[in-house]
Amino acid sequence: MLDYSGQVSVVTLTSTEEKPAVLISEPDTEFIELIKRTGGPNIQSCYQCGTCSGSCPAGARTNYLVRGIIRKALLGLKEEVISAPELWYCTTCYTCTDRCPQDVKPTDVIKAIRNIAVQEGYMLPPHQKVAQKVLETGHAVPLDKESWQKLREKVGLEPVPPNASRYPEAIEEIMKISKKSGFDKLVEEKEE
Amino acid sequence: MAKKPQFMHFLGCIIPHRYPSIESAVKLVFEDLGMELLDMEGASCCPAPGVFGSFDRVTWASVSARNLTIAEAAGVPITTGCNGCFASLWDANYELKHDKELRKSVNENLAEIGREFKGTIEVTHYVDALYSTAGLEKIKKHVVRPLKGVRMALHPGCHWMRPKAIKKKDDSENPHIFRELCEVSGAEYVPYRDELICCGAGGAVRTADVKVALEFTKQKFESILEAGGADIIVTPCPFCELQLDLGQVEIQKHFGDEFNFDIMHVVELLALAFGHEPEEFGLDTHLQYAMRKNQPNWERLGIKTEG
Repeated sequence: MLDYSGQVSVVTLTSTEEKPAVLISEPDTEFIELIKRTGGPNIQSCYQCGTCSGSCPAGARTNYLVRGIIRKALLGLKEEVISAPELWYCTTCYTCTDRCPQDVKPTDVIKAIRNIAVQEGYMLPPHQKVAQKVLETGHAVPLDKESWQKLREKVGLEPVPPNASRYPEAIEEIMKISKKSGFDKLVEEKEE
Repeated sequence: MAKKPQFMHFLGCIIPHRYPSIESAVKLVFEDLGMELLDMEGASCCPAPGVFGSFDRVTWASVSARNLTIAEAAGVPITTGCNGCFASLWDANYELKHDKELRKSVNENLAEIGREFKGTIEVTHYVDALYSTAGLEKIKKHVVRPLKGVRMALHPGCHWMRPKAIKKKDDSENPHIFRELCEVSGAEYVPYRDELICCGAGGAVRTADVKVALEFTKQKFESILEAGGADIIVTPCPFCELQLDLGQVEIQKHFGDEFNFDIMHVVELLALAFGHEPEEFGLDTHLQYAMRKNQPNWERLGIKTEG
């Protein structure tokens, strides 16, 4: 299972015998407003039918439960929601969004919650690396080996395509955008 | 004579950097159909919608909008062969046209580099260019090597047609456009239960936990076998193609199950059907063949090549 420390654990316990129940005493109501502002405006339309989780191919094989996450968020359990690494098992296939009878747009809600998690420092190490690659090369999957250039030549193409791999000024522009938005700081490697 | 349809060609990352055979194939197919692809100089990562969009929506929309401004300057619509790139560019274009606050934040970021999102162009996928601009009738006329007897399973993927309420491309529960396009090749369509589930790679899941991503893929493969098996799986997305192609090698490594499907992007399928030889665009350069040191199953595809 996923872990924000980069460690892989195999435990997925849910019963209260193994993991104490969460106390719902001090709900963070600001959390709902934050989710609405960050890209999940319809979250409060949810009436918990469970169509999302019933349709979810990630939920079928992991402890990722869309309905549960949305309910927890509506109860104001911010820390509980953003610190749970299973948040990152959604493949954003949008099946739940296409089936939701309340137009909650669960995929957008999950993406908004992920944005908040990242903002609060919850980012998986491999994701940090991908983000850094985009800032350094302009591409999430860069032309980072000579063998990839050779592969291009083999299929009759120029070795370097006319994208950011060829134009360093494009990378500079992306860096400037990230500095302005603060994204460069967000994905910096954190000192342990 | 009518002017040739033109598109700004958005390459993205995986097509030009890992599956360049798709880039070669689309050039052949679009040229055959009289459609012009223009280089989109200095375009970057779209950036990946499930990855970057999950990290920071405003930065995601800003980098995506930067790409859109390149096409806006040319006044030509974009086309891309990747569901992920399509999702990023199409969604950003849509959201920036409808969300004033987002547009303001994005244009403040773009002002740093002397650019501005104007919202003057459309974003299309190769599937749109082929189905709507060229049209099936025209495509049919170019099919000189129908892939008769080849059993073809489809993987339409998610982001071209979902979310259906805003994209309005096809019925995502019962789509027909991608199937009709692929069936023009003459290959035999093999329906299977899990055709419409995700390949598992998206949303930053492949990056986070490749084994979970591969479980999606394996479920699809098993579902194809339950439906009687297929020779090829066709997809409109290079990230899905990577997951289905290289994924077979990875599934064997992680789970021990061996699958042997040849995977094709729809433009590779059409290039073959249009009579191009596989070495013209490098069908055999797919990563599973490099890893397994083998070749596409030429006999099964009905294509014999020298050596």
